[in-house]
Amino acid sequence: MPLPAEERARLKRIAFEIRQQIVDVTAWSGGAHIGGALSMTDILTILYFKYLNIEPAQPDWPDRDRFVLSKGHGGVGHAVALAHRGYFPKEDLREFNATGSKLGMHLDSRKAVGVDVSTGSMGHGLSQAVGLALAARVLRKNWRTYCIVGDGESNEGSIWEAAMAAHHYKLANLTAFCDRNHMMIDGLTEEVMGLEPLAAKWTAFGWQVRSVNGHDFDELADAVEFALANADGPVMIIADTVKGKGVDFMENDPAWHYGGLGGELLAKARASLERMA
Amino acid sequence: MSTTEGGLTWTVYDADKLTQREIYGLVLTEMGERHPEIVGLSADLAKSTKIGTFGERFPERFFNFGIAEQNLFGVAAGMAKAGLVPFVSTFSSFASMRACEFLRTDVCYQNLNVKVIATHGGTSFGSAGATHHSTEDLSIVRAFANLTVIVPADGIETARAVRACMEIAGPVYIRIGRGFEPRVYDSEDYPFEIGQAVEMCPGTDLTVICCGPVVYHAVQAAKILREEQRVSVRVLNMHTIKPIDEAAILRAVADTRRIVTFEDHSVIGGLGTAVADVIAASGKGCAFEKAGIPDEFSMHGYPEDLMHHYKIDTDGILEKIGEVLGRDFEADEDWEDEV
Repeated sequence: MPLPAEERARLKRIAFEIRQQIVDVTAWSGGAHIGGALSMTDILTILYFKYLNIEPAQPDWPDRDRFVLSKGHGGVGHAVALAHRGYFPKEDLREFNATGSKLGMHLDSRKAVGVDVSTGSMGHGLSQAVGLALAARVLRKNWRTYCIVGDGESNEGSIWEAAMAAHHYKLANLTAFCDRNHMMIDGLTEEVMGLEPLAAKWTAFGWQVRSVNGHDFDELADAVEFALANADGPVMIIADTVKGKGVDFMENDPAWHYGGLGGELLAKARASLERMA
Repeated sequence: MSTTEGGLTWTVYDADKLTQREIYGLVLTEMGERHPEIVGLSADLAKSTKIGTFGERFPERFFNFGIAEQNLFGVAAGMAKAGLVPFVSTFSSFASMRACEFLRTDVCYQNLNVKVIATHGGTSFGSAGATHHSTEDLSIVRAFANLTVIVPADGIETARAVRACMEIAGPVYIRIGRGFEPRVYDSEDYPFEIGQAVEMCPGTDLTVICCGPVVYHAVQAAKILREEQRVSVRVLNMHTIKPIDEAAILRAVADTRRIVTFEDHSVIGGLGTAVADVIAASGKGCAFEKAGIPDEFSMHGYPEDLMHHYKIDTDGILEKIGEVLGRDFEADEDWEDEV
């Protein structure tokens, strides 16, 4: 079912602002994993601004929903989303990557407010998300756990160890997204280490799978609603995305996995975002 | 034997019949009655590590993850983040190496309340060979910030360590054996504090610093030397490898001026290295040697044969002490002032 037009417009506006800020922080900080941050921005937006049951004023509220960014190098996108959601002042983003800063490339849960678990090394986040989902069961709590896995990250064997466990323990309170931007550092995922048929892999591991356009809020919302209604086990939402989404000279260029925006590039990137919004 | 009586402690009677692992399983089950936040996790080694005893009593708080140690430690981190206290059991070779980065980055980096009970430490899995020996684990995990590292001497000390680790708000690595290790203590009635060595024998001629199953042999060797040769050997059971008891080491330097370390572990990076660091930083002269598995992969064999081969049993300890007793060291006249 499509979202109400107002809500769709609101989410689009927030996603636009988050992308702008990701571009700014990339420029301020000397460089960031901007491509993968821009590809997952719409997923972060719909989670932080529609679905996550959270209280930014009480970041440690025990009954909050949990979010794990398994593709931890997307920290720049996560930090910007948290600032926009009110976990800390946007001015703090000026310190991103600075020596001694609370905010850096891979976010530290003991320093960055609102970050539920530290991630960065590939293939760790989904296991921690499984642990959070199991803990909710042990503690008899209703909070849910959401996780974004990278597609390149899905080369890691530990992702599939976690996938097996989530199915085995029938973790219906766990919803994962795969940010399927088709690229990793060395090139296209299918050239570096093929993942396809990816949906069939998750299905074979016992997950309910939904494949959606990761930049379409109606499709993303439908998939999350499916997960919320599903009581049988974990749900994987494979979100087809564009690496570098919104900045024309970055889109679908693996070279923009990580990069800086010095000189004229910042203005060019901002202008492109405006045009493509 | 009842496993559910409150305040149950372990005595010579129990320790002679039970392995370290069995005592661990029973103590954890007893603790589970009082601590609903404790959960048990294993990776297809619930039976082998005896954490299954806890699982039988608390099936809703026990989780087996199959043969998947990376996920095992990642899940433990997630559960700890939600306020639970996971006890994770697998063989020490897998905890320290297969799951190394998950222990380091998920558990230690986030300073989480995860207790690792790593069994089959050192060469205790004897005939399984080097794939299942764990002669590098102390070297590896000692380098992880936030982690407390304990190697109990016997089943009774295992009970003490497992209880005591609940008092630490952070990760703890307890390395125990496969079982069949001889008993060192008669009962739990002795001072056990994490981070404080236990003086098993007083002595003034030389100090043996050791941990784990070697402690029994060091005590036997000290007894033989005292009775047969009137040589006075101090034996320190350095059950906590990190944080190490620096004061006890410095006292040994000052009092005995000769120190030998013995461990069922590589001579690189474990107890001996930790002791050497303290001695070197003290600037004091001291004859010193570390004994353990040399820089090679350990061979197959019965555990007691391996301890003999690697000279960390009573015979080997006697031999090494004989060597170091005759060794010169650089005297330092202001010892007494500074220590």
